[in-house]
Amino acid sequence: MESIKNIQEEIVDEFSMFEDWMQRYEYMIELGKSLPLIEEQYRVDENLIKGCQSKVWLHSKLDGNKVIFTADSDAIITKGIVAILIRSFSHQEPQAILDADTNFIDEIGLKEHLSPTRANGLVSMVKQIKMYALAYQAKLN
Amino acid sequence: MSHTNIDIKKIRKDFPILSRKVNGKPLVYLDNAATSQTPQQVIDVIVDYYQNYNANIHRGVHSLSQEATDAYEEAREKIRTHFNAKHKEEIIFTSGTTHGINLVANGFSNLLKKGDEVLVSALEHHSNIVPWQMLCEKSGAKLKVIPMTPQGELDKLAFAELFSENTKLVFVNHVSNALGTVNPIQEIIAKAREVGAAVLIDGAQAAPHIKADVQALDVDFYVVSAHKICGPTGVGVLYGKKEWLEKLPPYQGGGEMIDQVSFEKTTYAGLPHKFEAGTPNICGGIAFGAALDYMNAIGFEAIAEYEYELLKYATQQLLEIEGLKIYGTSADKTAVISFNIEGIHPYDIGTIVDKLGVAVRTGHHCAQPIMDYFKIPGTVRASFSFYNTKEEVDVLVESVKKAKMMLS
Repeated sequence: MESIKNIQEEIVDEFSMFEDWMQRYEYMIELGKSLPLIEEQYRVDENLIKGCQSKVWLHSKLDGNKVIFTADSDAIITKGIVAILIRSFSHQEPQAILDADTNFIDEIGLKEHLSPTRANGLVSMVKQIKMYALAYQAKLN
Repeated sequence: MSHTNIDIKKIRKDFPILSRKVNGKPLVYLDNAATSQTPQQVIDVIVDYYQNYNANIHRGVHSLSQEATDAYEEAREKIRTHFNAKHKEEIIFTSGTTHGINLVANGFSNLLKKGDEVLVSALEHHSNIVPWQMLCEKSGAKLKVIPMTPQGELDKLAFAELFSENTKLVFVNHVSNALGTVNPIQEIIAKAREVGAAVLIDGAQAAPHIKADVQALDVDFYVVSAHKICGPTGVGVLYGKKEWLEKLPPYQGGGEMIDQVSFEKTTYAGLPHKFEAGTPNICGGIAFGAALDYMNAIGFEAIAEYEYELLKYATQQLLEIEGLKIYGTSADKTAVISFNIEGIHPYDIGTIVDKLGVAVRTGHHCAQPIMDYFKIPGTVRASFSFYNTKEEVDVLVESVKKAKMMLS
């Protein structure tokens, strides 16, 4: 598996091909549509990250020493960003997840979606990803 | 829309913000139900206050304090005239509608007892539900809800049955913030009179469109915020009938509301100061008066007529989009359109149209019970003002079409 940094650079590269916001959003919407849906059994309230505007479901499991995340959202643009975050953080070791940041979201021009005031559940989702990583790391040690 | 008495070109020039761009596109501001924009005439009053006579009011003997006090009290008088209150002291300055509601709810917690009932409507904003839940928890009174119909109107048959001799307080908004429905407050007040209940009307959403006459309505309390009527945020007014305001205990302790203080006993100041503890939003109050001057110069009849035309046009145009559904279809509504497109989340539509310069609100509009009723996560809400144009409606419709294309 590639490092988180490499994956994020790849995503920045992909987005740099687009000339305007519409193309970026259309791509993000595509990503949202192609995100493997969370298994129905995990699309439950316990995995719900509540945003005022859109909902995000996040499920995690440990596979060997890697954390696997699956996620979903009821809004397609939110889901597109969820897809980008999952691609960046899933199948990684807990420590790598804890060390990583989400600055690449700024670089691809989607900063506003990760604003704490946006209330779409994404900021809480990143926090939750880190919490899971922390918990799995404690379990592994 | 040349047949109305609105000189739209002249009016738009009064609002500097309307000429700015958002995301590279001309701003189309359709979130007026959340807050209205401020005309230069009101901005000038705010600037003049801070440049020329900023001082604390009511206590100072110096000239600045006197000037500020005079301007603040003059604003109170303008507001009294606007709402046709009988007495000036029936106009209490607040920080906004929510503050006014809490002030009344808090006052009633001492007047209600177990077995009493408080009626609220199903069309309420969260800030209108929570204070009454708290009041009922505190006093042991029971909270009853007037149900709504699929058109987003209050169910008249049901509400008649909810009134009884136990009903002590009725709380309804004049206009629903989520759907724009104008509620039959006259009938509700008449019904309340029959059983001797007090009525508080939330006029926040009505005030920009309808000039309420509190004496003609015979309403006990009426609350508004300045920022929905071209005034600044952080200031509003509670109108209360004198006999009620005298009966209710003060809400907060502090400066202004006190007559005499010793450690044994404090006597309270008379109305309206009894409810105006601490240094108020002086500039805001003065600007509120200026905002009402501005709106009255245009005239509420002209505003209502113009907005109705906009509403009619926007409704027709939006309904041509396949899969678009409007929530709140009462014949009597203000210029608010709450809608969804089948299979698309309102948040996604709001995000795309924002990129196109169109400001609408998405979400549950702090009215989750209404969204639960329709079984939807929220809506896209476009709310119009007298400074919006038909051309802006066209931009909205084109933007929504574009969003639909991208998202489906």
